[in-house]
Amino acid sequence: MAAALPSALAGDATRPGQHTWLHSLVRWLFIAVSLTFLAAVLLAPLATVFVMALERGLQAYLHSFADPDTTAAVRLTLTTALVVVPINTLFGLAAAWAIAKFEFRGKSILITLIDLPLAISPVISGMIFVLLFGLHGWFGVWLREHDLSIIFALPGIMLATMFVTFPYVARELIPLMQQLGNDEEEAAITLGAGGWMTFFHVTLPKIRWGLLYGVVLCNARAMGEFGAVSVVSGHIRGLTNTMPLHIEILYNEYNFVGAFAVASLLTLLAALTLVVKTLVERTGYRRR
Amino acid sequence: MSFRQPSVLPGFGLTFGFTTFFLSAIVLLPLAALALAAASLHWSDFVHVVLSPRALGSYRLSFGASFLAAAINLVFGLIIAWTLVRYEFPGRGLIDALIDMPFALPTAVSGIALTTVFAHNGWIGRYLEPWGVKVAYTWVGVTLALTLISMPFAVRAVQPALLEVQRDLEEAAETLGAGRIYVFRRIILPAVLPALLTGFTLAFARALGEYGSVIFIAGNLPMKTEITPLLIVIHLEEFDYHGAAALGVVMLGFSFVVLLAINLLQAWGRRRHVRAAH
Repeated sequence: MAAALPSALAGDATRPGQHTWLHSLVRWLFIAVSLTFLAAVLLAPLATVFVMALERGLQAYLHSFADPDTTAAVRLTLTTALVVVPINTLFGLAAAWAIAKFEFRGKSILITLIDLPLAISPVISGMIFVLLFGLHGWFGVWLREHDLSIIFALPGIMLATMFVTFPYVARELIPLMQQLGNDEEEAAITLGAGGWMTFFHVTLPKIRWGLLYGVVLCNARAMGEFGAVSVVSGHIRGLTNTMPLHIEILYNEYNFVGAFAVASLLTLLAALTLVVKTLVERTGYRRR
Repeated sequence: MSFRQPSVLPGFGLTFGFTTFFLSAIVLLPLAALALAAASLHWSDFVHVVLSPRALGSYRLSFGASFLAAAINLVFGLIIAWTLVRYEFPGRGLIDALIDMPFALPTAVSGIALTTVFAHNGWIGRYLEPWGVKVAYTWVGVTLALTLISMPFAVRAVQPALLEVQRDLEEAAETLGAGRIYVFRRIILPAVLPALLTGFTLAFARALGEYGSVIFIAGNLPMKTEITPLLIVIHLEEFDYHGAAALGVVMLGFSFVVLLAINLLQAWGRRRHVRAAH
């Protein structure tokens, strides 16, 4: 996302020869329109999540997490993120090293292919794994003969989540490492440092903030993914229901306190993600 | 020319190998399965699925609502970006950070929250109901959900372009007697036009594939409030893999066209940028 705003550019300080009353009218009109729009489509829904979750009081809110199906959903979401995020982080680091440190043919094609999951509807992201591993899919018969299940089970959920969150760490690191250049790494290697030593002592400290934001964003998307996971999960309560899927079930059962209680956790996670983003931008790291 | 230019840095084989292997295993091979599944369908069956009245109805809603949402974001995205870039006001930093919220917020959460706010007894829905405006469970709700989830793409595309508009050019024009409208039309708009169109296209692309937030607010009536991704899910739930794959390929085709448009627009913006700098 875009860089934070330098405040020097933001001030509409007095400029000579202007109709100042007209200017301040336009200025307040713009601010009013912006805030009204954001209040209606963004702030009201955000506030609703917490108001609805606490509608029957704090006791009912906390009690909704005691439901074993809800705890199972939280556990499944955490397990999935715990597997998917480290793998995608490792991939992001490898992809960024290959792409930012070396010049090779077909680099732009590789970058486009890495970004591909972002352009694909989550429903299609889930469907491709059903086509491969589903009951009537390419490997469906083989999997059934060997008593293995991927679709409507944990491996399918992890694969779909991995596909959807695949580009996030790489996308954050590639432009950052390209911008930082290779000089320091080349110096370290020339002076006799090994590859891993150079990575851990020269590169990693330089990219740590960008890496942190990439990981946090990847995690938020992994925990919140709905469409792709919905297609592969089978919605078995207490077994293959992630938090977002559990929200849907509770909501459709008119258990609004339960649904919004789970939603409030994910909203807090999203807020935390934005806090990390803001802090990372404060460190002076900019991304364009 | 060899495949790779020489470098003193190590690790190319390891990282490039891991990247391409992992990319192929997780992204490319599964996508190939989709193409194969659609290709194994007989041509007449393919056409029967993708041109069925129900499919056509879903395209109309998906494309219409996505286009409308992107257009709304084109206007409000410019206004919001302008407000954030040009004006100082209390809470500006917070608002700037919150713009990314729809990006970090799970779509299921956006879906149930928007539905609650715009239902006939919701905070905003109750004031719209007397005017005969029904949002939840209509195409208006679909458009609203798509507007919310694609909003950051429009704002974040325009913001950096607005930051780079040359203020001295504006001031020179005003000193020479140009009105604000004239300055906007002749200096600001041409400078941000590529970014505006890129933002529009990014928002459109994001909205087209959206599923989670829409299904809660849409009502999901065939031919009326059923988006194409939902129709794919319905085919999958009926174990009609070929029908789902056919619709998936159609959607994927449109995504690629939109992606191509984004790349062309960005290249155009860069060319204009370079020319303006000289």
